[in-house]
Amino acid sequence: MNMTFALATARRILTQLRHDHRTVAMMVLVPSLLMVLLRFVFNTEQAFSAAAPALLAVFPFAIMFIVTSITTLRERTTATLERLMTLPIGKFDLLFGYAIAFGVVAVLQVLVATGISLTWLGLEIDGSVWLLMLIAALDALLGTALGLFASAFARTEFQAVQFMPAIVMPQVLLCGLFAPRESMTPVLEWLSNVMPLSYAVDALESVTRSNELDGVLTRNLVIVAGSGVLALILGAATLRRRTP
Amino acid sequence: MLRDVSFAVPRGSITGLLGPSGCGKTTLMRSVVGVQIVEAGTVTVLGEPAGSPRLRDKIGYATQNPSVYADLTVSESLRYFASVLRAPAGDVARVIDEVGLGTHAHHIVGELSGGQLSRASLAVALLGRPELLVLDEPTVGLDPVLREELWTLFRTLADRGVTLLVSSHVMDEAARCERLLLMRDGGILADDTPQALRTTTGAHDLEQAFLTLVRQQEALA
Repeated sequence: MNMTFALATARRILTQLRHDHRTVAMMVLVPSLLMVLLRFVFNTEQAFSAAAPALLAVFPFAIMFIVTSITTLRERTTATLERLMTLPIGKFDLLFGYAIAFGVVAVLQVLVATGISLTWLGLEIDGSVWLLMLIAALDALLGTALGLFASAFARTEFQAVQFMPAIVMPQVLLCGLFAPRESMTPVLEWLSNVMPLSYAVDALESVTRSNELDGVLTRNLVIVAGSGVLALILGAATLRRRTP
Repeated sequence: MLRDVSFAVPRGSITGLLGPSGCGKTTLMRSVVGVQIVEAGTVTVLGEPAGSPRLRDKIGYATQNPSVYADLTVSESLRYFASVLRAPAGDVARVIDEVGLGTHAHHIVGELSGGQLSRASLAVALLGRPELLVLDEPTVGLDPVLREELWTLFRTLADRGVTLLVSSHVMDEAARCERLLLMRDGGILADDTPQALRTTTGAHDLEQAFLTLVRQQEALA
């Protein structure tokens, strides 16, 4: 691992984003607008406070998944990846660069969405705001890592976009946002237990409920981070220096 | 798909790789830079097996489709490649100048014309101190003045000791190379100097020489 290469890659990706004002504006503002919408859909602060933490986990995950899978696919199809594979930069340097860049964007996204939820929308959290940020950032990294991995199986951008409902939506449906995980049928509960997003949502919910960093919360954080690392390793395995 | 391909490229020379599109030029070049899966046979580059990590800062490669980030400016794109190549910071300005993109350094790559785009991609290959340049159709879509300038640059580089492997499907560029590899259907039809090719085939220009060789090969088959 070479940090100079990873940081250069992160800077390059952030510069690419900086040239695309509309994407930056949407990445930062859309989650906040959805939180506002959700607040009025629920119409009470209590109901909103119960559902909001889960959504703070879902947004960075889903958005980073799709942004990363499209960016990586573009890198694969425009031959810039082939060129990078002839240069001294390693696969993990490249992937780590992606993770840093999109991690920064995700933290910004969550900062704005959480800030608005806490100040205007009446979200109440008992735990640490920093821990909440950390979970959201880990969650975004998980989305980034899964997006990198999924992009290897897409030949076209149309296919890459379809991976979003295929990989992200089942996790959103089963993460406990729509029905408590304990009340699901055994098969669904088992599925929800193997999906990393469930642990991110659990972690965010416990942060909003208490300011205690207990064993379960730590375990959930480790699972989310571990799944991200695993997806990054799988993603690195799909980047090949030599292709047919 | 390449079959029975065997050749050696001497250092500090310009070798032209010519042949119709689809004949295997790109596959051959990808094998040399080490991104092609080679089923059988050996490819040795600067004394190392092709694709070896030690070669990664010694080979400059320009793919046929321009491989630069379309949403960055020319200099931002080059700055990134320079940093992952550990090339000195001053290199970016040097290569922009060498490919004649000085007035477009701060333009977004995606807004360049086709010829400017391929020069931006070529500039990446010139970063650092490459000992071997593998350039896949670097002059495609360029006007005669720019083509002339680029070939002058290639000549300067070769005189400095850089080895160049340049593909083209334009026969009039062939005359500028010291050696030519004529390819057809995944095989090498001829490997000689332009002068020798004209002499052995009795043709006036290289286009005719190529056609003569194709007919001879078909007569043998």
